[in-house]
Amino acid sequence: MAGAFWCIVEDDRAGRPKKVTAELLGEATRLARQSGGHVEAVWLADKASEDGLKQLGEWGAVRVWLLEDAALAPFRSEVWTPAVAELAGKEAPQAIFGAVTSRQRELLARLAARLGVGLAADSVAFRVEDGKLIATRPVYAGKLLSKITWAKPPWLATLRPNVFKAEEPKAGAVPAVERPSVAIVPSRMTLVERKEEVATGLPELTEADVVVSGGRGLKGPENFVILEELAKVIGAAVGASRAAVDAGWRPHRFQIGQTGRTISPKLYMGFGISGAIQHLAGMRTSKIIVAVNKDPEAPIFKIADYGIVGDLFEVAPLLTQEFKRLLEK
Amino acid sequence: MKIVVAVKQVPDTATQVKIGADSKGIDPAGITWIVSPYDEFAVEEALRVKEKRGDGEVVVVTLGPERAKEALRTCLAMGADRAIHLNDPAWEAADSLAVSRALAAVIRQEGPQLVFFGRQAIDDDMGAVSTQVAEFLGWPCASWIMEETVAADASSVRVARQVEGGLEIFDIPLPCVLSAQKGLNEPRYPTLKGIMGAKKKEIRDVKAADLGLGADGPRLSVVALEGLPPRPPGRILSGEPAAAAKELVRSLREDAKAI
Amino acid sequence: MKLELTEEQQMIQALAREFAEKEVQPVAGRLDQEARFPHETVKRMGELGFLGIAVPEAYGGAGADPVAYVLALEEIAKVCASHAVIMSVNNSLYCDPVLKYGTEDQRRKFLTPFASGQKIGCFALTEPQAGSDASNQHTLAVPDGSRYVLNGRKAFVTNGREAAAALVVAQTDAAKGRHGISAFLVEKGTPGFLVPKVEDKLGIRASDTAEFVFEDCRVPAENRLGSEGMGFKIAMSSLDGGRIGIAAQALGIAAGAFERSVAYAKERKAFGVPIGQHQMVQWMLADMATAIDAARLLVWRAATLKGAGQPFGVEASMAKLFASEMAMKVTTDAIQVHGGYGYIKEFQVERYFRDAKITQIYEGTSQIQKLVIARHLLGTQ
Repeated sequence: MAGAFWCIVEDDRAGRPKKVTAELLGEATRLARQSGGHVEAVWLADKASEDGLKQLGEWGAVRVWLLEDAALAPFRSEVWTPAVAELAGKEAPQAIFGAVTSRQRELLARLAARLGVGLAADSVAFRVEDGKLIATRPVYAGKLLSKITWAKPPWLATLRPNVFKAEEPKAGAVPAVERPSVAIVPSRMTLVERKEEVATGLPELTEADVVVSGGRGLKGPENFVILEELAKVIGAAVGASRAAVDAGWRPHRFQIGQTGRTISPKLYMGFGISGAIQHLAGMRTSKIIVAVNKDPEAPIFKIADYGIVGDLFEVAPLLTQEFKRLLEK
Repeated sequence: MKIVVAVKQVPDTATQVKIGADSKGIDPAGITWIVSPYDEFAVEEALRVKEKRGDGEVVVVTLGPERAKEALRTCLAMGADRAIHLNDPAWEAADSLAVSRALAAVIRQEGPQLVFFGRQAIDDDMGAVSTQVAEFLGWPCASWIMEETVAADASSVRVARQVEGGLEIFDIPLPCVLSAQKGLNEPRYPTLKGIMGAKKKEIRDVKAADLGLGADGPRLSVVALEGLPPRPPGRILSGEPAAAAKELVRSLREDAKAI
Repeated sequence: MKLELTEEQQMIQALAREFAEKEVQPVAGRLDQEARFPHETVKRMGELGFLGIAVPEAYGGAGADPVAYVLALEEIAKVCASHAVIMSVNNSLYCDPVLKYGTEDQRRKFLTPFASGQKIGCFALTEPQAGSDASNQHTLAVPDGSRYVLNGRKAFVTNGREAAAALVVAQTDAAKGRHGISAFLVEKGTPGFLVPKVEDKLGIRASDTAEFVFEDCRVPAENRLGSEGMGFKIAMSSLDGGRIGIAAQALGIAAGAFERSVAYAKERKAFGVPIGQHQMVQWMLADMATAIDAARLLVWRAATLKGAGQPFGVEASMAKLFASEMAMKVTTDAIQVHGGYGYIKEFQVERYFRDAKITQIYEGTSQIQKLVIARHLLGTQ
């Protein structure tokens, strides 16, 4: 199985690959190392950049397949899929990895159908065993883990952001850049407009290293400001539980949980969140979990690494102060 | 306008799921089954399109064992007009691709202008089927939609698709496939009248052979289903709030190195 | 014998549970404290079909059966007994008799809007000086051409203030005693139909309980339900059905208090273990569960008989007697399981305790139920 591990590049739509691409390349590098394969990036964009290409090399791609065409933006799976499928047909990669993002989630699913192969969506771990790849995926609201394998290559998978480690960047590594000619089919879909969310000055929920999240215990929408202040100090994104979203305190896009976003930050801090299964499904793969709740029996304490049983209205501002003091040092 | 909604019956989130004897699936004993919540948004949206236009038909389809009929009846009670049950032992171990192929085949037979899915089923959380059905049909698709308006002449639909950092608004010609994200609507309950009327509505059983689908080996196979590895026990920081906060910040910095 | 719910019954039960938990639970505590009638959720009950469950679709109902009715009532009472009694009175004491005894015109006017939930109805039998002794009616209805002129007072009318119409029982021929009693459908707003007082109660505080006064209230003769002299029979047969409803309400109150007790027993720790690990608490919970199940079987049996068109009066009385006494005991024990917290409003078990009491009183006190049961046993009337 000395084939290529392809990683689809997730970029910021302005020619710069995003951090999650480094995570994909990192995991692919480790798997390729175990199996004697090599790592390649596949970049579809209306406009790539030299810096971006270099970046992909430093992150571990020995080759970049660059499909640059104005028709590739905005993303439409019906345009991207045949392009990648045509290339895959010619190059026969061993695996194709994408990120769990709005674009690649759709691309990889469609690609799997087009190529007639299996897709392990939202994977959180991989293992190579007897020349086979085994993916681990959370199922049933994250209550169980399913280990699955493919009947035949290419092995398609999407990887949950923030779960896989990037490799140390190889300074000066220059990837071979190929500009293959593939057919770009016209799209039937027309972009009318893109509505950007009001900038909060805080990182995007699914991409953030630190997430501060509030639940019913906040008692009202006006109190989220307490968490925002803490978030500003530590550069965190602010999320909410379903209870807080259903009560109309925060827009749905901030909901963490089974019917919201799934996050895996390095640090998750929940305030006034009891820890319903619903919510845990969306954050239990966080590396460090902190819970602040006045109810000592709140289920979230069962999975928390650190807990404070107390009033969040007292504890949160104290934490803001302490972090400020620490980070100003 | 004819609308097809694909739904899946899944264990209720609150149900405790246990690993089955084969270590590859769950033990079905004692499970409460429900219509996957995202699929309820899909059913609701289809009903709203029909109601707004004042005409049309909502056909709900599922693939699953006999018990999945309950899910269909729930959708009929909500107001769907009829149901199709892809019910064949041949699909017992169907993976996403096999399910998608079967759904695409039945949708092709039905010939609707619009197909709704939930963004994912909350059992295996794969979230691939809607897109794969679109691929097999050769139709455009949009996932995770938050808003939807069918043009008056039923030639296209305008959708708002949730993406990182915002919404993308697309015009898509019909027929197409859409998957519903939470926030699209608030699903209605079935009414008592709806429940009583549901048994008078048609549920048609469809076998693999009816769709001209032959045996096709799975593309994915489950190696094992496992419980979560235990998390190391946590530490409760007691004492005065100020001291606890101080200790937490120190621990996060020095022990956990999370800040 | 088969103890199996049909798929429709299960779906109706699930619908009632979901509605109660999602829409009623968030407001139940506050409505109770403020003694406020739940207009919004009652409207929703109407939209969903809970206010005319067993009424045929042709008259705006859901066309379900009495078993579905008690299943729904139990689920709603588990969360809020006030919603349950509002529903029970409209279904059993108002819609049921109008369906059974009403003319086609009466059904169109006095049933369809009430079964479909646009309006709610009530039942006015009890008088300030005649509760258990219901045949001793002081309210008079005197014929006057094409009308009857009503005079008198009615007490403790559930839904009294909110109802758009009342089934009123009055004496049309005092000389004939109970055979001189007739029933009338009286619209609110009829001159001389007054609602001078709404009671402040121990429990079911979100439901309204009113007093009616009739002062030369002229009711068209076509509003008489059934023939003259049939009123007492109509009232008693309505109460037979009503008792199934109240039994289901009591059952739900007990089941709700019990569920909270089980949850609490798993969480609350004493002497280092959850209190549910202590045998004393285990015994209480086991007794509660057994009593609730016994009541449920009685309720289901009475409802099944009613649905099959068989006599069910004595079975309804047994169900109501047992379920209401059981509810009082179970809610008392539920507070005990909760200890001091049970006595505090925040934990809501005290609401169940207060709500349980009325089930031993209205639609025939426990003592009256015993009388009904004993008379049946001994073949006396």
